[in-house]
Amino acid sequence: MLLGASLEILLRTNDVPAYLLPPPSAVWQALLRYGSELTRATLQTAIAATSGLLASAVIGGLSAVLLSAHPWIRRAFYPYAVFFQTVPIVAIAPMLVIWFGYGLKAIIAAAFIVSVFPIIANTLTGLLSTDPALRDLFRIYRASPLTTLLKLRIPSAVPHFLTGLRIASGLAVIGAIVGEFVADTFQDGGGIGTAVEIAIKEQKTDKVFAAVLMASLLGLGFFAVVNGLSQWALRRWRIAEISE
Amino acid sequence: MSTPATTSSGCRVCDTHRLMPASRRIRPPGQAPEAGTGLRLRGIRRAFAGRAVLENLDLDIHPGEFLALLGPSGCGKSTLLRLIAGLDQPDAGQLDLSNDAGRLAYVFQDPSLMPWRSVMANVLLPLELSGIPAAEREARAREWLAAVGLSEATRRYPNELSGGMKMRVSLARALSIQPNLLLLDEPFAALDEFTRQHLDELLQQLWLNHAMTVIFVTHSITEAVFLADRVVMLAARGGRLLADRAIELARPRTRSTRTSPAFNRAVESLSALLHDGGTLP
Repeated sequence: MLLGASLEILLRTNDVPAYLLPPPSAVWQALLRYGSELTRATLQTAIAATSGLLASAVIGGLSAVLLSAHPWIRRAFYPYAVFFQTVPIVAIAPMLVIWFGYGLKAIIAAAFIVSVFPIIANTLTGLLSTDPALRDLFRIYRASPLTTLLKLRIPSAVPHFLTGLRIASGLAVIGAIVGEFVADTFQDGGGIGTAVEIAIKEQKTDKVFAAVLMASLLGLGFFAVVNGLSQWALRRWRIAEISE
Repeated sequence: MSTPATTSSGCRVCDTHRLMPASRRIRPPGQAPEAGTGLRLRGIRRAFAGRAVLENLDLDIHPGEFLALLGPSGCGKSTLLRLIAGLDQPDAGQLDLSNDAGRLAYVFQDPSLMPWRSVMANVLLPLELSGIPAAEREARAREWLAAVGLSEATRRYPNELSGGMKMRVSLARALSIQPNLLLLDEPFAALDEFTRQHLDELLQQLWLNHAMTVIFVTHSITEAVFLADRVVMLAARGGRLLADRAIELARPRTRSTRTSPAFNRAVESLSALLHDGGTLP
């Protein structure tokens, strides 16, 4: 509040034109004016981000299990996982349009690509760092590799997987917005990324800021939901929360 | 130093009682005794990065015996236990078990429970892994949890238990498969003295009631003397046997055993040996 008020005063006393930096009151008014439109756009983006994150959770989790099977598999395929981390999503987004066409599929793919690596990396760490004494225990009882995976390694990796999921949640929202910049079909009005893009082209700076604010709130809300889910799961798993 | 040999092929189930040391025969009546597994080690060598931790080690362990492996840190006693458990292979030498089909259980220094499993589910684990029929599992786990005094805690989770309780769960987990050979690697070392003495007495009782061979690794001389029929001491370096002593104290040993002159004599003589031979290579 204080920050908003001082910014307001600063902008008004210095006569900064509203198209450069609109005062908070103007952004607030834009939020009210375009409220329903922006909320709808935000929810549309939320759907794309959620789908991308779910795809990351499933595919990332399974990839980590495959990678954990043998050091050779890791040596052969882990570099490809790292590729997902390093690929500039803005540069590859046009390719996604070529592969998946304009629309939701390409946007989900963008959200997936930026959010999958943290899940793979964290889950893999969890799968490979089980308690050595418990591993010995499973060896003494001659448990098969599959039994050891199901009863020991996967349960041990749950907290690591959840950490990966929390990091991925923020990234999935960013990925979806970048995807919308390139691939949105404006069907049903488009997502929040599209709203930002259109507002820029219409030079409605106050609307740009209102939309960016909504996008940030979406990221925050997304993180809060995933964080809450993971805390619940960790309690269920009887493991003390690792505070970050 | 060498013990009356477990005449190689002779020590199968039927011979168990003949070979059992005298102290064992005062076992209170109750459960029908099963065979404990006997062991024969000859010329065992194990080296890590060129440094021999165990060198030309010979040792016979009788079925049903309670053996304490005593020695300072780094003397190779845990290595020896891992070799016996099959978790590690010797570089040279022979290791024979009298009962190849026997069940083996291992208790680690940390309780090593699974935090996501309840006390009951932790004890069930070895039963699941060794393919015991599902109908039988829970009754057996319940029985062993009762034997370690944890009947009331079956639904609790490891993070709600004290260190001593966790170790009792770990003991129940090991015993749930009714092992013929129970290996313990400094299991009570991290516990306070009161809890430790309590668990020593509990372990003795469990051994008296259920025939099994126990190999107990410890660096505490008093604990070794209190628990064992026989104390085998390893030198600090070079992996030699420093002593092989029978402990002739009546069972069941109780708190008053710890203050008896015979107990203290045994502790002192072992302590002198450790001091003389344990530090120099």
